[in-house]
Amino acid sequence: MIAPDRLYDLALVFAFAALALAQLLAMIRLVIGPDVTDRILALDTMVVDAIGLIVLLGIAQGTQIYFEAALIFAMLGFVSTVAYARFILRGDIIE
Amino acid sequence: MTGIVLIEIVIAAALVVGALFMLVGSIGLLKLDSPMKRLHAPTKAATLGVGALLAASMIHAFAFGDGSLKELLIMAFLFVTAPISANFIAKVAIHRGQDMPPPEPPNDDTWSTLDAPDTRPGRPDAPVEP
Repeated sequence: MIAPDRLYDLALVFAFAALALAQLLAMIRLVIGPDVTDRILALDTMVVDAIGLIVLLGIAQGTQIYFEAALIFAMLGFVSTVAYARFILRGDIIE
Repeated sequence: MTGIVLIEIVIAAALVVGALFMLVGSIGLLKLDSPMKRLHAPTKAATLGVGALLAASMIHAFAFGDGSLKELLIMAFLFVTAPISANFIAKVAIHRGQDMPPPEPPNDDTWSTLDAPDTRPGRPDAPVEP
């Protein structure tokens, strides 16, 4: 039986490793993606994974100062995804 | 003492579940073989995973520091915007002909996303038939 505080540390390390691996897999899709559709999707996934990593960093250090960074990442990620998609669809972002 | 232990177990469970969901989303993004299938893996699984991670962060803040519900802001924003960006990416895939073409609509001429206004018959700017 693992001690509970050890369990908590293990879960944190596992989450960091899993998110880093997820980030790497998304980056592979970003590089090999056959079309621009897959590249936009891979970038969107990488932004969400980055938000997860920032939140994990906040948990690991026990601070709340990374909250604003995560919120700004969420907003800019959405706006950039829509801007990319709109640029591909219409050839322009703001008409 | 027992309360702290219980809370740590809850946080650990939320962390593991969230990280697994995000990992599954990225594996699906890499492994599936057509753009529409790839679209469906990360937009749902990764959003759910980041929700679980934010829940873990919220429980942690309430248990060990000055708790607040600020993480709910990120969660709500992500849960609202993920379907919208997924819809935009799906539109890009349809218009670039990346996947198989959509089926015939049941009672109209075409789907609204493929219906460009200047190609409709009867419009003044419609292309002239030779």
